[in-house]
Amino acid sequence: MLDSVASIFLSGRNMSRLMEGLAVTLEISVISVVLSMLLGIFVGLAMTSRNRLVLAGTRIYLEIIRVMPILVLLFLFYYSLSKIWGINLSAMSVAILVFTLWGTAEMADLVRGAITSMPRHQRESGRAIGLTESQINRYIIIPQAVRRLLPGVINLTTRMIKTTPFVFFINVPDLVKVGQQIVEITGMRNAMASFWVYGLIFLIYFIICYPISCFSVYLERKWES
Amino acid sequence: MAQHVLEIRNLHKSFGEREVIHGLDLDVRKGEVVVVIGPSGCGKSTLLRCINGLEPIQQGEIRLNGKSITSGKIKWNLVRQQIGMVFQSYDLFPHMNVMENILLGPLKAQGRKREDVEAEAEALLARVGLLDRKGSFPSQLSGGQKQRVAIVRALCMKPEMMLFDEVTASLDPEMVREVLDVILGLADEGMTMMIVTHEMAFAKAVADRVIFMDGGVVVESAKPEAFFAQPQTDRARKFLNTFQFNEVRHCLEEDDDECLP
Repeated sequence: MLDSVASIFLSGRNMSRLMEGLAVTLEISVISVVLSMLLGIFVGLAMTSRNRLVLAGTRIYLEIIRVMPILVLLFLFYYSLSKIWGINLSAMSVAILVFTLWGTAEMADLVRGAITSMPRHQRESGRAIGLTESQINRYIIIPQAVRRLLPGVINLTTRMIKTTPFVFFINVPDLVKVGQQIVEITGMRNAMASFWVYGLIFLIYFIICYPISCFSVYLERKWES
Repeated sequence: MAQHVLEIRNLHKSFGEREVIHGLDLDVRKGEVVVVIGPSGCGKSTLLRCINGLEPIQQGEIRLNGKSITSGKIKWNLVRQQIGMVFQSYDLFPHMNVMENILLGPLKAQGRKREDVEAEAEALLARVGLLDRKGSFPSQLSGGQKQRVAIVRALCMKPEMMLFDEVTASLDPEMVREVLDVILGLADEGMTMMIVTHEMAFAKAVADRVIFMDGGVVVESAKPEAFFAQPQTDRARKFLNTFQFNEVRHCLEEDDDECLP
């Protein structure tokens, strides 16, 4: 059995190709998660504004992203951008763009929820002890909003990482795409190839995502005390 | 003639089209305890919120120690440092422990030294019987304990006067007492206070003066003994009657005689 496993991963450049695929997956994930968090905070704050135009704009953006399957967004941007506007983006850039658009919308909604769910009395109590508005935000509102945000943000992060394999369909050589190519080639002479390759991919996703949820549990415990 | 800490002249307050306070005048002397009572929606809570600048007013003037706090450019954060306010909902900051809750205002708003304030806070906590809870988080306290901490948090700012807005209204009955005792203690020390409450026995005990509000105006203003014994207006009598209950007797067969008219 070990022989068959070795023949899959050690033949040719299979192992290093898988690692390159992993690097692609991580690159898309990290860049789009970080961009989504930063942009999402601003869009989320905008969603709490009283300006109707701003509200309508952010609302439309959020709803469009919500109802659109990620795959459709990927196809739309990958195949149509160049035809309509003559913009030529690499598949990788399209992947990061689409995932950031999606992540920003979800993050914005989380931020909006965290802020609007804050009891009105928290701000008033801050005022009543003579704090300025910026002190109230800094010491009372933001620390609590961050805590309320955390579970949703962790959930969003792992969901984004788990969804990156969709880039498969616009031919980005991510971990799953590379794995599938390896299975196609080695599968002809090794019936267990799909089990070992996808098993390894499963393990890699687990190793990436599990610590993230552990970290969230740790923080929640720490803040609860 | 004692000095007036608070002077309110011709106060008008509206929410949109609806005016809830119609030209209210009120003076509070130094050390005086004014209890404000009245049916819900009469504007008594709104009155307190106007004094602390939590609600903008439409007309009139409020003076604190002779200085207007409603005309010109007002630094509300500085005014509020002189007026302590405690709300009905337990409004401690849930992400800070008891000590941090108390220190936030004195340290950040007033920029005082930590050692001084901490010693003061401990003394105040000891007075309300909560020194052993200084490291606890609000979620670990009962409603009555939270309200006592909220009072200490306001007191630690060394305010000129205190405003209490129905602070026992959402407490379980057995916790009302411990909070009211703290307020009685403050009255005893000569703290100037305005108290909105529905606890009539407490009002009678703590008040130097009772203000009865209805429909956004002061209907009656009197010493508590006089007010509760002989309210001068129908509206006040009607309001006080809502706290009285007629006795209801059920007739049981064996003691039929007793309930025959």
